[in-house]
Amino acid sequence: MKVWTLHLALLAVLFTAQFWLSPYHATNLARIMVLAVFAMGYNLAFGYTGLLSLGHALLLAAGMYAAGLPAQLCGWSAGPAFIAGIAGGGLAAAALGLLALRTAGVSFMIVTLMFAQAGFLTLLYFAPITGGDDGFAVAAASRTLFGFDLSTDSPRFLAALAIFATGLLASLALVRSPFGRTMVAMRENEERSRMLGYNTFTVKLAALTISGLYAGAAGAAYAILFGYVGASFATIQYSILPMLYVLMGGAGTTLGPFLGALLMFVLIEAATGVTTAHQFIVGAALVALILFAPKGLLGTVRDRWVRWLP
Amino acid sequence: MAFGPFLLLALMEGLVTAAVLALAAAGLSLVFGVMRVVNVAHGEFYMLGALLAWAVTTMIPGPPALAFLAAVIIAPLLVAALAAAADGLVLKRLDYDPEATIVATIGLLYILQQAALSLYGPNANPVTAPFEWRIQLPWFGYSGYKLFVVLAAGLVLLALWLLMTRTRAGLVMRATQVDRMTAQAFGINVDRVYMGTFALGAGLAALAGVLVVPIAQAHYLMGHDPLLLSFIVVIIGGLGSLRGTLIAALVIGLSDGVISMFFTPTLAKILATLLVAMVLIFRPQGLFGAKA
Repeated sequence: MKVWTLHLALLAVLFTAQFWLSPYHATNLARIMVLAVFAMGYNLAFGYTGLLSLGHALLLAAGMYAAGLPAQLCGWSAGPAFIAGIAGGGLAAAALGLLALRTAGVSFMIVTLMFAQAGFLTLLYFAPITGGDDGFAVAAASRTLFGFDLSTDSPRFLAALAIFATGLLASLALVRSPFGRTMVAMRENEERSRMLGYNTFTVKLAALTISGLYAGAAGAAYAILFGYVGASFATIQYSILPMLYVLMGGAGTTLGPFLGALLMFVLIEAATGVTTAHQFIVGAALVALILFAPKGLLGTVRDRWVRWLP
Repeated sequence: MAFGPFLLLALMEGLVTAAVLALAAAGLSLVFGVMRVVNVAHGEFYMLGALLAWAVTTMIPGPPALAFLAAVIIAPLLVAALAAAADGLVLKRLDYDPEATIVATIGLLYILQQAALSLYGPNANPVTAPFEWRIQLPWFGYSGYKLFVVLAAGLVLLALWLLMTRTRAGLVMRATQVDRMTAQAFGINVDRVYMGTFALGAGLAALAGVLVVPIAQAHYLMGHDPLLLSFIVVIIGGLGSLRGTLIAALVIGLSDGVISMFFTPTLAKILATLLVAMVLIFRPQGLFGAKA
């Protein structure tokens, strides 16, 4: 009960944010929520199932292009394009998992990294269709849903909030379900889970696929809400970012990914006035987190004070 | 130009790539072999080597050969010192946990890259080759410096092999590689071995960067491609196997030269990355490595 109240309260606060934030900050918050959906998906794989992937940019880009290309080439509207994006992310994750889950640990990291790199290079190779590094703008006609123009501030914010809310509540329900417990069992002790009769491969494959659905939804939402699709979203940088968000907010906590995305955004925004060295902040945050707070903010809060935090 | 000479040129270019790659990859392989650490910041050590070579050669007056000689000595030493510091401050505190060190070296990559951008700037700068000397073949002239790079890389790798197999330091490193605990029980200072190994690996990458800078210009993003290629070489050659690394560097370097000349470089890279992923999945000990 407490848990659901906490999550619904956060969503209510976010809903009112559009009234007291300036349009500029509201757009940023919409962007953060979309990135948080991506990070929540990453958290399901890394935080709960223990799959440390360095290739999630591939899944983000799969969703983005699965939504953006039909919109661009066939003139699909936002609804079908979004669904295609989710499916694209899930399919890419399932294919990645079928191959990469034969390995574990460091090999899994390198294999996912290599597949993501191959995906990025493939986008560059087919630049006449994908737009390559420059990407392409999604046509305005494909950015309307039920008559609302998603490129304007208020509908865009509400659409981002709706996707974020669905993702958050679904992940909360998932991690509290029996399957969620099985995912955690994979993280804690795979050998023992196998001995108890679980098929560890299918559990991990399912977890990675769900993670891919989230990444695909985030990619498609980004394409539709912000109107841009480009190969830069397939670079290694976009595999590192969700990891950073999750590590900062707390791996294996439902609210951690959003908190991490929000804090990192604020941190970089605040630092912009002082220095242009964005990458330095990202790098220093990674090193500091892994050294001093490997459980992240909410992970530490849960250990010290609030035991019931999911 | 007929096909034959064209192929010869492609192979010679490929040999230069292979030589530089073998140096950088040997460093990566050494660090992985002894410490079980996948160093994602390895490409940045290469980049720092090249940037420092530029800094040294512009600061030291006198003939290019002398300035370059100074760069060959100073740049790898500075980078090795930096790596030793990173080992002591970060990696050691993580107790060399494989996954945590990857995250930490990703952070290190960002920090070094940003430092290079802020201090050195976004420009690419050339370094004068230590000597201007061309070999005149019947079909085309070829830079003598590029052949010198191949020769120098070969000598350094030979020295590395002698170090690992014929000296006490190499023996201690191999002992630590085989069993860290037992090595410690026999009075080997494992912390110092790790620090030395990490510094040596970084120094090799930096040396590769110094050697390459008269051919390619010094730029703060130049570490990306060598990192990816070194990974490819080390994995195909078998993680931690020096001989496999050398063979794989030759194969990848030569085929990269040939494929890039006759097809597009992007296609060559796509095929290479997919090959690596498949090797790791289906043959984790590498194509040339012995059973791990």
